[in-house]
This record gives sequence, structure tokens and C-alpha cells, in this order.
Amino acid sequence: MSDECYDVAIIGAGATGAAVARRLAAYELRVVLLEKCVDVCFGVSKANSGIIHAGFHHPVTSLKARLEIRGNLMFEQLHHELGFPFKRVGILVAAFSEEEMKTVQRLYQQGMANGVPRLEICSSERMRLLEPKLNPDVVGGLYAPTGGIIEPYRYVFALVENAQRNGVTLKTEFEVAEARHDGDAYTILSRRGDRIRAVRVVNAAGLYADEVSRIFGGEEFKIIPRKGEEFLLERNAAGLPRQVIFPVPGRHTKGILVIPTVEGTMMVGPTATEVEDKEDRATTAEHLEMVFAQAVQMVPVISRREIITSFSGSRPVLEGNDFFIDISKKAPHFIQAAGIQSPGLTASPAVAEYIKDLLKQDGLALVEKSAFDPTLPPVPRVREMSTAQLAAMAAQDPRYGHIACRCETVSEAEIVEAIRRGHATLDGIKFYTRAGMGRCQGGFCTYKVLKIIARETGLPMEAITKRGDGSYVLSHRIAPDMLAGEVGHA
Amino acid sequence: MRERQYDAVVIGGGAAGMAAALRITGAGYATAIVEREEGLGGILMQCIHNGFGLHRFKEELTGPEFAERLIEQVNTSKIDVFLKTTVMEITPDKDSRKLVVCGPDTGVMQLNARAVVLAMGCRERNRGNLGIPGTRPSGIFTAGLAQRLINIEGYVPGRRVVIIGSGDIGLIMARRLHWVGAEVLGVVEILPYPSGITRNIVQCLQDFHIPLYLSHVVTRIDGRDRVEGVEVAPLENGAPDKSRAFPIACDTVLLSVGLIPENELSQHAGVRIGHDTGGPVVDARLMTNLEGVFACGNVLHVHDLVDWVAEEAERCGDGVVAYLEAGAVPMKQGAVTPGANVKYVVPHHYLPGQDAHFSLRALIVKDRAELLVRRAGSVIKRRVLRHVKPAEMIYFKISGEELPPSPAREAPASLEIAVE
Ligand SMILES: Cc1cc2nc3c(=O)[nH]c(=O)nc-3n(C[C@H](O)[C@H](O)[C@H](O)COP(=O)(O)OP(=O)(O)OC[C@H]3O[C@@H](n4cnc5c(N)ncnc54)[C@H](O)[C@@H]3O)c2cc1C
Ligand SMILES: Cc1cc2nc3c(=O)[nH]c(=O)nc-3n(C[C@H](O)[C@H](O)[C@H](O)COP(=O)(O)OP(=O)(O)OC[C@H]3O[C@@H](n4cnc5c(N)ncnc54)[C@H](O)[C@@H]3O)c2cc1C
Repeated sequence: MSDECYDVAIIGAGATGAAVARRLAAYELRVVLLEKCVDVCFGVSKANSGIIHAGFHHPVTSLKARLEIRGNLMFEQLHHELGFPFKRVGILVAAFSEEEMKTVQRLYQQGMANGVPRLEICSSERMRLLEPKLNPDVVGGLYAPTGGIIEPYRYVFALVENAQRNGVTLKTEFEVAEARHDGDAYTILSRRGDRIRAVRVVNAAGLYADEVSRIFGGEEFKIIPRKGEEFLLERNAAGLPRQVIFPVPGRHTKGILVIPTVEGTMMVGPTATEVEDKEDRATTAEHLEMVFAQAVQMVPVISRREIITSFSGSRPVLEGNDFFIDISKKAPHFIQAAGIQSPGLTASPAVAEYIKDLLKQDGLALVEKSAFDPTLPPVPRVREMSTAQLAAMAAQDPRYGHIACRCETVSEAEIVEAIRRGHATLDGIKFYTRAGMGRCQGGFCTYKVLKIIARETGLPMEAITKRGDGSYVLSHRIAPDMLAGEVGHA
Repeated sequence: MRERQYDAVVIGGGAAGMAAALRITGAGYATAIVEREEGLGGILMQCIHNGFGLHRFKEELTGPEFAERLIEQVNTSKIDVFLKTTVMEITPDKDSRKLVVCGPDTGVMQLNARAVVLAMGCRERNRGNLGIPGTRPSGIFTAGLAQRLINIEGYVPGRRVVIIGSGDIGLIMARRLHWVGAEVLGVVEILPYPSGITRNIVQCLQDFHIPLYLSHVVTRIDGRDRVEGVEVAPLENGAPDKSRAFPIACDTVLLSVGLIPENELSQHAGVRIGHDTGGPVVDARLMTNLEGVFACGNVLHVHDLVDWVAEEAERCGDGVVAYLEAGAVPMKQGAVTPGANVKYVVPHHYLPGQDAHFSLRALIVKDRAELLVRRAGSVIKRRVLRHVKPAEMIYFKISGEELPPSPAREAPASLEIAVE
């Protein structure tokens, strides 16, 4: 039995846990990041709208609004250091009646009070100038140029990679199942029976933060999954907007949005329905109808024919609708980061800062690491290369010349790199490289990716999964006596 | 960057690309085929069932056998073949077209060509395109991908399979899965009639007692990690009747729900795409709106039979040769438009005084239908068709005599083609 004892164990490798890990990597600490899935960012953080909110939707009295505004400001630097896709495209709230304009006025006041920079109330003309695809019936709205968009998984992957490069240990397929505190530290056991020790623990388990809190004897609370369905439309879709377009919000949610993605596709969604099952990922025909009916009201040229896929994720919501981030009053040296619903992605860098301060308050000694390197070397991607760059890369490494995914222009070299960095499932590779994420949804490249994974990892083809656990792709090899062509059978 | 010059470069080495290239090289022009896969043949190579070549070779061949006949001809011709090479970009220019190609063996290269033939084939419609509700587990495949995995890679995707869509590829895969030991629990078709040909219904489903659910839809896919089942409901007045829905437990779902011409490369270059075909709008010689850029095969419109693909591609090759010899068509072309009950007609133009071959898809199912060609309002040709249905392409020819030139300086009258 190993006695390795970490200073901090972070449970959950979503945006929250990853940001905390990367923040703590700057100090002389032994940190471990524990994740139950086969890869990082397979929880809520992979299935969201990818918006870096501007910070006018919630009053500053809530913790989530304060962290949202702070988080928003941190993305330029993170983007420069880590290289994940991020663009400040701006956010528009489109009003279609004078009544709605009143809400816009209120949002403007709230945003100003929150300190959101450069907010602007717009006339109908100004709105249509900013976004020519808007329904001409728009009567006006709000413009927040500081809103932005990111690729959430690339963001989380980059945080984790950078944390690892600076000494943080990542353990995937480590589902925290049991924990005991013996006066000095926690002994934490995984479902599979692995064991580690840690003095302090951060609960960043997303939808399962309530269960993890219970395991550690922390506060009792219930996470309510609030499901959101989103629909992804192909590159160059007719409705692709310049900014993120919001309707005037309802009481509980921000409504159905029209969202450009950093990679040139677009999304419409999300819905918001409370569900029982934390793993409920189903999309429904009714919501598809509803989402498109609302989206075309704002951008009439949006077409359902351009849908390439749909997905859903559930926001981990706590009663009271705010984040709960604090030192536990019940479990020793246990930091809660629960109820991280929207805008959890936006807030995550500020959440990490906040948790770092809580850990310090809890007695953790923070000594800066002189060798901390905040940057990541860029990953070459054929999609982003000029012809001359591609020629040079392909001459050096022929695998850059092999385009494995035709829709998103992903080379074999990029897939090999993803595998080398620990993303060896179809979904992991898809999120890391975009192979299989385009219009054919893997129809052409799946067999190529499977073969590359098998070659690079030595796994038999049948052992390769879509996203770990029971998500195998191929059932079995054809028995030799059935291998013959069809003619023999006829 | 290395550069090479050709009279014609063909993009795609499937049946269409090879047939077109053979025609062009046959006229003595320097021709190249660029193919992204490791070998020529395209989609045919995974179609190991019988049923190819009845029209062209008057015998029943498998897909690879059909392809092999063309590949042999290509290999003994002067055509330069670039394998494992993808065309990344086409830049149309006034008198030449520049193609950037890329591959592990070739590296990055620029090919300059006077003429380009688009022969990139098609891709399969997928779940997202249909918006089938439910979860997103593993075990959902397009039929063509499953065909590839079984016939070329040698793996069975699953043990208990439901197939959505009764197109020929889905039917062929039902039988193939049965033969490799999987249980096919049903084929679910939204239409009241099967999309595939009768022979395949009999030989691929009935012979193996595989149920065909007509006028039914899959209303949900279930399963967390791997597919665990689907919910199927009959259609009642065009909407699923949830009260009569029933589950089928399965671990795999195959989608055979149509093909889409693969035209992103073309569109990027500025080729105009017709919304009815999903492929380029072409003139009488199968040239697109971009001078010197031609199209044939499944990239132009989705075909059911490779024999017609090859024939169309040869006509395209002839068009390229005529272009290389004398430039674009000198005279005015007449427009061809779909009339009643017709989804589309290809090509979209004709040349007065010259034989014209048309492919069209009907929108209706009907026995003893009549094909009517109208020119300036009056019927110039009729033909009785024994049976028409959307899944089966209709081919016909109009001779040059039937299409006399219009009076001097007047634009040729347009043709309207209807099925009534
Ligand atoms: C539809 C939708 C749209 C959204 N849009 C936006 C947006 O546009 N902008 C924005 O700012 N926010 C948005 N959000 C919110 C944002 O996605 C979340 O707030 C954020 O991703 C939460 O991150 P997290 O790390 O806390 O949770 P998660 O990403 O869920 O991470 C928790 C991790 O913990 C792991 N875990 C759980 N239990 C255990 C265990 N016992 N042992 C080990 N590991 C465990 C999980 O596997 C998971 O990986 C949206 C959310 C949804 C659902
Ligand atoms: C699954 C299936 C089953 C069929 N069954 C039958 C049958 O039973 N009987 C019958 O007669 N017909 C059948 N057909 C129809 C017929 O075989 C096809 O229509 C025909 O083979 C298509 O030929 P093609 O050359 O247009 O396309 P493809 O064969 O698809 O060839 C296109 C080629 O272009 C290449 N390519 C694409 N983009 C690029 C690029 N950018 N750079 C380089 N290369 C590129 C592709 O790799 C591919 O090899 C079937 C078709 C399918 C899809």
C-alpha cells in the first residue's frame, strides 16, 4: 500500500476542478485531480453553450454574478497562455416589444451596477447593423461587446494539461466511493478499490456534488439536474450569426439562444427542464420543435435542414439558485464547490481563485513555484495552417499529410497526438481534434480513427470505446468461416 | 511547392471518376485522378454483394469485380493516379484551375488543370439530420459505415440490430448482418412502401423472416453507454401514434436514410448547387457554372445503379474533351425544368439539335405512369412507364431531331419534364 499523501485532492475534472488544479499548480503543493470518467471534461462541462457571459443577467448580490464578471475578464490571458479557441464576439439581447425593452433597460442598469464594461442600449437600426440576420421586427436591445465564446472541452483539456505539466497528478477512472478522515488526512477509495490519501479535498463533482459531500460527511444538499437540449448546425449554416443572440430572458432561464461557435458551426438552445435522473441525456422531438420555433423568431433564416447533431447536458442546480462555494462546516478541510450551474464555465477561473483563497484560509501554505510555466506549446492543426505551413509540416511528418477526417480537416498526426496526451476514446479524440464532429458525424472517419487508436495503444478493436465503460464500438471479429464474400452464401 | 500541369484532373477515383478519366485520356489528353483512399474503386469496394454491371457488362458482378474492370483499364492507361491524396482546395482561374492536394506520400502539391471533373461521390445522411430523439450511446452507425466495418475491416458492430430506413443499402446490410451471425430485429420505414427494390425485399428480408415495419418511425433511441433499445411507433395521419408504440431491445441501430452529394469542396470554389439535387447545376455537357469544372456520378446527384454512374461519367468525359478542344459551348442552351410530380431532372440544360440524356426522380408511386416532355408548352415526347417510384431513377434519351434549334437569335425554348 502506497503512502502517497497529497496536500489537495480535487474531485471532478470539469471546468471547475480543472481550473482549481491549474491554479494550485502554481504553488509548491502535491495535488491530485480525481475523475470518474475515462477522460476529463466528460461531465456537464462538455455539453453546454460555450458562452463567456458578460455579466448582466444576475444581480451582483449573488456569488455566481460576482464570479462571472471576474471570470469573464480572465479569459484573454488564459487564451494567450493556453491557446484554446476563444473569441469576444459580443452578446446581443433582442427585444421584440416595448414591454421587452423595459426588461432590457433593467438588464442594462443591472449590468452597469455589476461593472460590465461598454454596455449599450440599441435602437432597432443599431441592432440590425450589428446583426444583419436579426428579424427586422426587432425593436431594440442590449449590446454587450465583452461577451465571448469558447470551445469548452478544449478549454478544460488545456487547463488539465497545463496543470499536469506543472506537477499535478491526474487519475481518471477514479470514482470516489468512500472516504475516512483519521485526524491527519483523508483516505479516499475509488469504486475499483484504488486508494489515495489527501489532507484537503475540493468537491467539484458537478451533478454529483451532493453525493460526494455525503461521502465526506459534509453538508446535506440536493443537486437538481436542470436539463438543457442544444442543436448543432453545420459550418456555414445560413443562420450563423456574428454575435451570440439572446431573447429577453424569462424568470428562470436565459431563453433559447442563437450561438455562433468558435469553430464556425452554430448552435441553438438550450432548453431548461428539471429532471430526476442525473444521467438523463435524451433529446426530445417536442423540444426540437420548440427550440427552432423560438430561434427563427430571432433569426428567420435558421434552417432545421442544417442540423448535424443534438446533445443535452444538465445544470447542477441547488435550491436558491446560487453557487455554494465554501469551507465545509461539517467535514474537516473540505471545500465545497457545488451548484455550479450556468455561468459556471465563465466563472471557472474566478472560482479557482476563490477556492485557492479558501484553502489558504483553511491553513494551506501557498508557496509559489518558481518553475511554474503558465503556457502550453501550441498543437499544430491542419485546419489552421496555410498551404505553405501544411507543405512544411507534411514534409517533416507525412502523417500531417494524411487527412483522416474530411469534414473538419483533421490529420492523422493530430489524432496520434490526442492519443499520446491521454484521449484514447472516440469522444475524447473528437473533442480534442474535432475528428467526427462535422457534417458526416463520423460516417467516413470512424473506421480510420478506430484503426489509429488500435495501432497507437495496442488495444484490440473491440476494446475501443466511444467514451469508456460499456460504450464499446465493435462487438466482435467476424468468425473466419464467415469472412468469405457474400457470393458463397447466396 | 511542387506544381504539375494536366489537361484534366479528376477528383475522386470511384466508378464516376475512373470512367470519366478513361474517356478523357482516350482522346489523348494528359489526365490525372486524385483519390484520398489507398486504392481506386470508391464505394464499390465495400459492396461485396452481387448486382452490379447488368446493364454495362450484361452479367452480375460484385462491387469490387465491377470496379476491378475499370481499375485494370486505368492501370494500363496513361492516367496519373495519386492515391492517399486529398484535394483540399480548388481555385478557379480564367484559363486554368488550380488544385491544392495533400497526402502522406505526395506531400502538398499544386496541380494546374485546364479542366476539372468533380467525382467525389456522396455521404450518408445521419441521425442528426433526421433529429431522432433519445440518448447518444455508442452503437449507432450509418449503413455504409457498418458495411465498411464488416466487409473491409472484418468486425461485426453488434449482435441485435434494428435498421432505420428500407433503402437498398439498408436491405443489403440486413442480410449481411444475418450472415455474419447478428440478429436483425426489424427494418423500420416511415413511408407506406419500401424504398428499396422488390428483389432486395424478397432476398434480403423475406428469405430470412426479418420484419419490415412500413409507415413506422423510431421515436426514441435508449441506452446510456451502448444502445439498449429503440421505441417504434406506427404513423397515424402523418404523426407517430404514441399509444401504439412498442419497444425493441437491441444493441445496435443502423441508419439507411439517404445520401447527400458531397459538395463542400465544390461550394468553396464557387460551384452553384441546386437545392433539388444537392449537387451542382450543370449544362448540357455536365459543366458547372464555373468554366472548365465538370461533375458526374453521385456528387452530381445520387444514383441507384453504378451502370448509370459510369455512363453519365463517360458523357461527362466527352464534355470535357469537347471543352478541351473548342472551349465552352458556343451556342445558347435551353433550360430543362422539372414538371408535375418530378423532383429533379439532370442535366439542367440541353443543346438544340443534339442527343440529350436525362436522369430524373419522380415524387410519386404509380403504375403505368406517363412521362411527358413539353417544349414551349406542347408535348414533344411521351413514354409509358410500367412503374415509377421515388427510389428508382428514370433514365431517358431525346434525339437531336426531336430538339430542333429555335429561330435564329432566339433563346432555345425550355423543356419541362413531367410524370403524370
Ligand atoms: C445546457 C447547458 C448550457 C450551459 N451554457 C453555459 C454557458 O454558455 N456559459 C457558462 O458559463 N456556463 C454554461 N453552463 C454551465 C456550465 O456548463 C457548468 O456550470 C460547468 O460546466 C460546471 O462545471 P463543473 O466542473 O462544476 O461540473 P462538471 O463538468 O460536471 O464536472 C464534474 C466532474 O466530476 C466528476 N465526478 C462526479 N462524481 C465523481 C466521483 N464520485 N468521483 C470522481 N469524479 C466524479 C464528473 O464525472 C465530472 O467530470 C451550461 C450548462 C448547461 C447544462
Ligand atoms: C453502400 C452502397 C451500396 C450500393 N449498392 C449498389 C448495387 O447493389 N448496385 C448498383 O448498381 N449500385 C449500387 N450502389 C450505387 C453505386 O455503386 C454508386 O452510386 C457508385 O459506385 C458511385 O460512384 P461515384 O464514383 O460517384 O462515387 P464513389 O464511389 O463514392 O467515389 C468517390 C470517390 O471520391 C473520393 N474523394 C472524395 N472527395 C475527395 C477529395 N477531396 N480528394 C480526393 N478524393 C476524394 C472518395 O474517396 C471516393 O473514392 C451502391 C452505393 C452505395 C453507397
